[in-house]
Amino acid sequence: MSDIVPTEPTAKINQPVLARTIAVRRRSGSMMIVLIYVASALALLPLILILGHIVVRGFSALSAGFFIHLPAPAGVSGGGMANGIGGTMLLIGIASLVSLPIGLGAGLFLVERRGSRLANIVRFLADVLNGLPSIVLGVVAWELLVRPVGHFSALAGGLTLGVLMIPLVTRATEEMVRLVPVALSEAALALGFSEFRTAFVVVVRTALPGIITGALVAMARIAGETAPLLFTALGNAYWSWDLSKPIAALPLQVYAFALSPYDDWRAQAWTGALVLVLIVLVIGLLSRVAVRSRQRLSGAATVSGSSRV
Amino acid sequence: MSKGSHAVDFRAENIVATFGKRTAVDDVSLLCAAGAVTAIIGPSGCGKSTLLRCFNRLHERVPGARVSGRAFIAGDDIYSSTANVVTLRRRIGMVFQRATPFPTMTVYENVASGIRPGTPGSARGAVRDSVERALRRAALWDDVRDRLNASALSLSGGQQQRLCIARALATEPQVLLLDEPTASLDPLSTQRIEELVYDLRRDVTVIIVTHNLQQAARVSDRTAFMLNGKVVEMSDTGTLFTTPCDSRTEAYVTGRFG
Repeated sequence: MSDIVPTEPTAKINQPVLARTIAVRRRSGSMMIVLIYVASALALLPLILILGHIVVRGFSALSAGFFIHLPAPAGVSGGGMANGIGGTMLLIGIASLVSLPIGLGAGLFLVERRGSRLANIVRFLADVLNGLPSIVLGVVAWELLVRPVGHFSALAGGLTLGVLMIPLVTRATEEMVRLVPVALSEAALALGFSEFRTAFVVVVRTALPGIITGALVAMARIAGETAPLLFTALGNAYWSWDLSKPIAALPLQVYAFALSPYDDWRAQAWTGALVLVLIVLVIGLLSRVAVRSRQRLSGAATVSGSSRV
Repeated sequence: MSKGSHAVDFRAENIVATFGKRTAVDDVSLLCAAGAVTAIIGPSGCGKSTLLRCFNRLHERVPGARVSGRAFIAGDDIYSSTANVVTLRRRIGMVFQRATPFPTMTVYENVASGIRPGTPGSARGAVRDSVERALRRAALWDDVRDRLNASALSLSGGQQQRLCIARALATEPQVLLLDEPTASLDPLSTQRIEELVYDLRRDVTVIIVTHNLQQAARVSDRTAFMLNGKVVEMSDTGTLFTTPCDSRTEAYVTGRFG
């Protein structure tokens, strides 16, 4: 009530000084805004330059043939990277088969046993694995998966990429499941749901769009991995679906062609890079679709308040 | 499995509930008679919600929380070592302070979710009937009959809370625990839920925790006043509000603290 009652000002406000202060604040305010815009433009610049460069250099050789033909021999124009595209898809598939069940399970474990020593260790190790340079993983995979068998293989490549994916899926699952309010699982339990049914029908189901987004982001992340594949999948100039044989992959093909002395091949490398970016883009778009349905989750979180902490 | 719908006595004996070293409920015994509404009032943090959560064994799930004592629904000890928690919770429904509709389910699926698949009454037609009956009892049927397949989140806050009541009623519980069910609702929704509680008493033993003294006076037959984890006084609602025995109760209901 007190602010409605007119009160005697304790000191006369000095009008000219006030006006000057306001002008100074306005000026520094607009200066900061300009600086912020410049900073965001600078942050975006490399991305725009890279994408623009790839489109300009790669678009010329982009054709339907690129998606259906095998790489052409040096000196022969035309050809494509159909085997590389197929190989990358296969490798992502193997990696997902390996990492999704493990990552999901580990993520659920981290939520369920949060605060326990083992959970903290698992979370720490997942973060370490996530930060490991992928070439280190490639060398280790070569030592463990390639050398004992005696030859490079698609399976070794897929498994290695899977190991790269596991921490990403684990943390995504943990974070999304933790967003589900405890109140929701208590409501389910109070209805006479078993713990199992509560976990899967209510908690995981509610977190699912977020988990799917996390899994897709992880797939996009490994789609471009090159270093581990050099030691495991090796690359292949021909079609191969044999899991025990070396297999082509888009990043490997780009790497090999980009280093070659032939102009045709280098042009193909640019196009390969463009297609790789397009694949990642498509995966990203899919995850946006999943995010849209995730908004329902955040709606629920605001309605029912507190999340698992 | 009992057919439900027939209210039964609910009795608690020497309930002690702790979080780690802190005692939230300190040796509480009370009897909630069949077919009556029992209100539990008291200042914030006096342990009334925790006590309620001991009645369907939710409290023990909180990390570090422990419960001792016994509680009986129609004579069955819910803390006996042979008690099946899932079956128990189907006999003791609960509605929380904030509405908790399952966000991935439709209105219909929410209400049907507690009706256990595989039990005799779970044939599709029977489920449909149960859902309609529950929604009617929760006074929500007329609001949602045309959008049973809409997301539960499309309902307003008051409707969501009544949906949660319908969901709890669909399993035909014998006891219904209400934990400040109108705390986050507007006056009109509050009124509808109070009317609902009043009507439910014939079939269900209702225990309602509330901050709102007028609400306790309006809907309940018996009222228990809690302070620092203990029940200070429990008597007929009229008596407790007009001629309380304990000076602390009098201070609270006349608004001198809390």
